[in-house]
Amino acid sequence: MPYPSNYRYTTEHEWVAPQGKTARIGITDFAQHQLGDIVFVELPPVGTPLVAGQAFGTVESVKAVSEVFSPVSGKIVKINDALVKSPELINQDPHGAAWMVEAELDGEVPAKLMDTKAYEQFVAEAEAAH
Amino acid sequence: MPTRASRHIVQNEPLLFEVSAPGKQGCQLPPLDVPPVELAGARPEITDFPEVSELEVIRHFTRLSTWNYGVDTGIYPLGSCTMKYNPRINELVTRLDGLGDGHPLQPEALSRGALRIMDLLSRYLLEITGMDAITLQPAAGAQGELTGILLVRAALAARGDARRKVLIPDSAHGTNPATAAIAGYQVENLKSNPAGTVDMASLERQMTADVAALMLTNPNTLGIFEADIHRIADLVHERGGMLYMDGANMNALVGRSRPGDFGVDVMHLNLHKTFSTPHGGGGPGAGPVAVKRELEPFLPIPVLTRRNGEPALDYDRPRSIGRVRAFYGNFGMFTRALAYIMANGCDGLKQTTEDAVLNANYVRKKLEGAYALPYATPSMHEVVFSDANQTAQGVRTGDVAKRLIDYGFHPYTVSFPLVVRGAMMIEPTESASQAELDEFVAAMLAIAEEAKTQPELVTGAPHTTKIGRLDEVAAARQPHLRWQPKR
Repeated sequence: MPYPSNYRYTTEHEWVAPQGKTARIGITDFAQHQLGDIVFVELPPVGTPLVAGQAFGTVESVKAVSEVFSPVSGKIVKINDALVKSPELINQDPHGAAWMVEAELDGEVPAKLMDTKAYEQFVAEAEAAH
Repeated sequence: MPTRASRHIVQNEPLLFEVSAPGKQGCQLPPLDVPPVELAGARPEITDFPEVSELEVIRHFTRLSTWNYGVDTGIYPLGSCTMKYNPRINELVTRLDGLGDGHPLQPEALSRGALRIMDLLSRYLLEITGMDAITLQPAAGAQGELTGILLVRAALAARGDARRKVLIPDSAHGTNPATAAIAGYQVENLKSNPAGTVDMASLERQMTADVAALMLTNPNTLGIFEADIHRIADLVHERGGMLYMDGANMNALVGRSRPGDFGVDVMHLNLHKTFSTPHGGGGPGAGPVAVKRELEPFLPIPVLTRRNGEPALDYDRPRSIGRVRAFYGNFGMFTRALAYIMANGCDGLKQTTEDAVLNANYVRKKLEGAYALPYATPSMHEVVFSDANQTAQGVRTGDVAKRLIDYGFHPYTVSFPLVVRGAMMIEPTESASQAELDEFVAAMLAIAEEAKTQPELVTGAPHTTKIGRLDEVAAARQPHLRWQPKR
């Protein structure tokens, strides 16, 4: 599955899609492959502050429970209810319908986040390491 | 096909609710000779209690028991769990009149024997671990961990040096970070080096003045002994932290190496792993926590002490973290563990450890090649393979594990530790004979061959059990948690 060119990525395999002052956040195709079938998604309520690099939610697969780390700082303004009801969306459309939260950004997206090319390279290295 | 099972015993068995018929009774009560009274707190919405005869109940549960696989049935190579044989001498001792009929509310004066047993077991466990003091109270490993980390917190607070973080290697049991978080600490992940052990450079960097403790399992969950353990302990101590050892893998050390001698400040033991008390559905656990002198004042009350030369209980411990368990812990496990230690003796315990390590390495040598070995570092009591040789055929660790059931063996531990993708973690323990290990190895090799030639046989397994491959995803997404009668 291609990684959208306008997204930015973390080393923990989250993506962020900035759009003006807000941004949607989710986990990448690589992450969902690693986790396997997702059975449960837990997200904090609207209004919760986000701190770049800190966990804000959890995803549970048949194999493991993983924390989801926020790529950006800001505040949650919307959560994806459809995803909470149908966690399998993460396996089907990780970069689209399976967005997790929409955040109002505090300033800019952190510079250390990878662009698509860098992330593709990062994933290729992770694949090779195994 | 070299195999333990061809078909599993299958007897169709309805639920007791489904065989119920009005008026059937398991026992006959005399006629009522007092006025009937409404049962307080009875829930009127619950009706249709099953009415069955004694024989129906006996047969029901006996038939169900034939669906079981236990350590009395065959090898149970569940890595990191030490599913060893539970010797019958343990049961014999535990059922002796004075012990089997003992009661926790019995006065101390009438419990001398029980106290002596706790005292003797404590002293043996201290000798085995090389620690200074111990509590037998925690009910299992995870509670032992929590108790241990609360002791660390109390001891550091007493030093006037409360800290915020606990370091945990990425190969650790999931209970370690859970324990640290519940005890109020921030968890920081410590990455392993390519050998599968603690990376000294990372530890050097991450072991700051903020870190209360390093929680380490040794040997770790890859079955690898932390050869740098002295340097690790020294570094943690120099920086003012404490070294916690998860004793889950103590079966690789007993009689050969003592955590107290290699710098551990606090650790738990799992009597239900290392010391052969029942494990899993077989009974409650026991997770004694052993500490160095500095942590002793904080042990849970009551603490076993001596009064007039006799073992006695001390409740007057103002600095104690308090109770962690009702009464004195799971006493029935103490008699079993003590019986195990005494039946083996020093030589026997050493031999046990050597045999456990030998068996794991025997399996490693025989399966190397057929299955990928992600870490070449020598193994202790367990060995971790991965499914890397099988994934091209679409066969994964969970498939091989389920196919093992068809061959009549309990699966190994699947997908753990997390540092290995597709982990297959095998711990044969000392209980398996060479003949049984050969059967197990033959089954594993046959499955590796099947994965190449007819992978769908493996990915569709198990085929011989009463219930075949379950849909784990649907079970997690739409769980049916309660049986409902057909109306």
